[in-house]
Amino acid sequence: MTPLPAMFLTTRLVRMSAVDLAIIVIYFVLVLAIGFYLKRFATTGEDFFLAGREMTAWVAGLAFVSANLGSLELLGWAGNAYQYGIMAAHWYWIGAIPAMVFLGLVMMPFYYISKTHSVPGYLKLRYGSEASALSAITFAFMTILMSGVNMYAMAVVMQVVLGWNLHFSIIVSSLTVGVYVAAGGLFSAIFNEVLQFFLIWFGALLIPILGLIETGGWSGMVARIHQNFPGQDFTHMWGPMSSADKNPMGVYWIAIVFGLGAVQSMGYWTTDFLVVQRVLSAKDVRSAKLAPIIGSFFKMAVPLIVILPGLLGRAVLPWHLVPGNQAQPGQFKYDDVLPLMLARYCGPGLMGLGITALVAGFMAGMAGNVSAFATVWTYDLYRPYLRKDAADSHYVSMGRWCTMIGLFVSIGTAYLVQYNKSMMDYVQALFGFFIAPLFGTVLLGMLWKRVTRMAGFWGLLAGVASSVTIFLLMKFDERWVRVFALSPVAQPLAQAMWQAMWACITCVVVTTLVTLVTKPRPDQELVGLVYSLTERAREENVSWVHRPVVWGTLAIIALVILQIIFW
Amino acid sequence: MTEKHHIIPVWFFVGLLLLIYGVLILITGLTEWSNPPADVQLTNLHASVWWGALLLVLGALYSYMFRPRNST
Repeated sequence: MTPLPAMFLTTRLVRMSAVDLAIIVIYFVLVLAIGFYLKRFATTGEDFFLAGREMTAWVAGLAFVSANLGSLELLGWAGNAYQYGIMAAHWYWIGAIPAMVFLGLVMMPFYYISKTHSVPGYLKLRYGSEASALSAITFAFMTILMSGVNMYAMAVVMQVVLGWNLHFSIIVSSLTVGVYVAAGGLFSAIFNEVLQFFLIWFGALLIPILGLIETGGWSGMVARIHQNFPGQDFTHMWGPMSSADKNPMGVYWIAIVFGLGAVQSMGYWTTDFLVVQRVLSAKDVRSAKLAPIIGSFFKMAVPLIVILPGLLGRAVLPWHLVPGNQAQPGQFKYDDVLPLMLARYCGPGLMGLGITALVAGFMAGMAGNVSAFATVWTYDLYRPYLRKDAADSHYVSMGRWCTMIGLFVSIGTAYLVQYNKSMMDYVQALFGFFIAPLFGTVLLGMLWKRVTRMAGFWGLLAGVASSVTIFLLMKFDERWVRVFALSPVAQPLAQAMWQAMWACITCVVVTTLVTLVTKPRPDQELVGLVYSLTERAREENVSWVHRPVVWGTLAIIALVILQIIFW
Repeated sequence: MTEKHHIIPVWFFVGLLLLIYGVLILITGLTEWSNPPADVQLTNLHASVWWGALLLVLGALYSYMFRPRNST
């Protein structure tokens, strides 16, 4: 096969052949064709913004887990696995599974029964316009910024890995995403997320298979890691966390259990509308409850294609990778581990499949951001505050326009980030500021009928403010790291967990205090929105195989078994 | 997958994509059987051939099972 010289630069991690390029082009053609095919079905607001609420539990569940399985996620966590070892799998197991099961069994019925289009929509029903507007404005703003950051990050990865021109990557990928999301709305986004799910698995699964063959299985890999990096423990999850200075992340187990498992992941998986929107597309309540639980089993398996390649990189790569900010010319970064492993085992054809999986992941991430942005803008900002009583077709048209406008703003953000790299860290941090306190606000609203309108607003605001304050204090004065993260050696990942925990606690405390001094809403206004006032669907007549609680319990049992195996 | 709309199931598109990719990867693997790329490890296992064949079979299966049919 002849390498294609035309549009590519010479510095790149991998080389592609004609068949690799053909595989990528076929993917672009197919997603555009699917977008145009689905346009005819996205005629009403419910079709465009919620995919007609007719997805099966499997489709909604795969889209739910895929919306989080972007390429930045894959590259970043493979890099984290190389850096921190198997401890990085906490973000896939305790940092995801309990939250997904909780979403399915406890929270999803309220989102679904209230017939809301979005998480800010639920806040409006439960608390009123103050908390909802704060949530909607922040979410819309952050989503579009995140989309731009992702777009820039994708272009950089494509430049480093494949040698592609930065502008070429940004323009081609964003226009493709814009066309297919504006055409088919959430239908298109979900179809492509399911496609991406299969591409990622088939594109990346060969790496652990061939890697384990090369090392002689798990024990052979562990032996090689010990040989290459003597005295360091990269293959145990909980053992090294009895003290913060015994593990490369600088974290206590308490931060993983409470900061990550109880707050950060709960906040992300249950209140980030980007992922929740996929489940809202389910065809009935039982499917909506099952979807995140189905997703949890796939999420549990993702370390096989993300964490294991990072560990295998420690075992087989002939170089020692370095942190991104310390890489000199000719050195490889932690985040390069996945492309390096891909290049190690995948020849022409398989390389194209792997690269297409990465491109698909980036594009699905962008599509997720803009489809969620379009929904929140149209239903939670435009309709209540700018034009209340327009026809349904008007809102669909607005959704299409703001999909394209959102993408153009994202492109602008991508170029802004190019000239101000530190902005990238801030934008990613900004998103985190909101998620943890939002979880406190939504959960208290669902479980405690006494919580009042102003308590929801002030609790959320106080949580966000405390999160920002703690972040800035730890960033600009390292002495605060010891105070908030309980250890001076806490790394950014550990700091983020503690920040989330304090923000959620602040939100809960302020919400409770304001509730106690303000007047609650009458019970009849809260039916369908609060646990104690909502009749829950009984499942006596449903066979055990179809009961969400059975599968949720199995997911938790599987999670516990994995913790014991890799203790 | 759909009740209100008669949309072709997403599984059909998944199958179509896997089928096309399977054919391309299998053919590439076969053409390189005796002359594998020098910078790739474990080429003696001919991963392209069996992975391409797997994609082809799964793709064909999905495309057939979920093929568009005329609704009555």
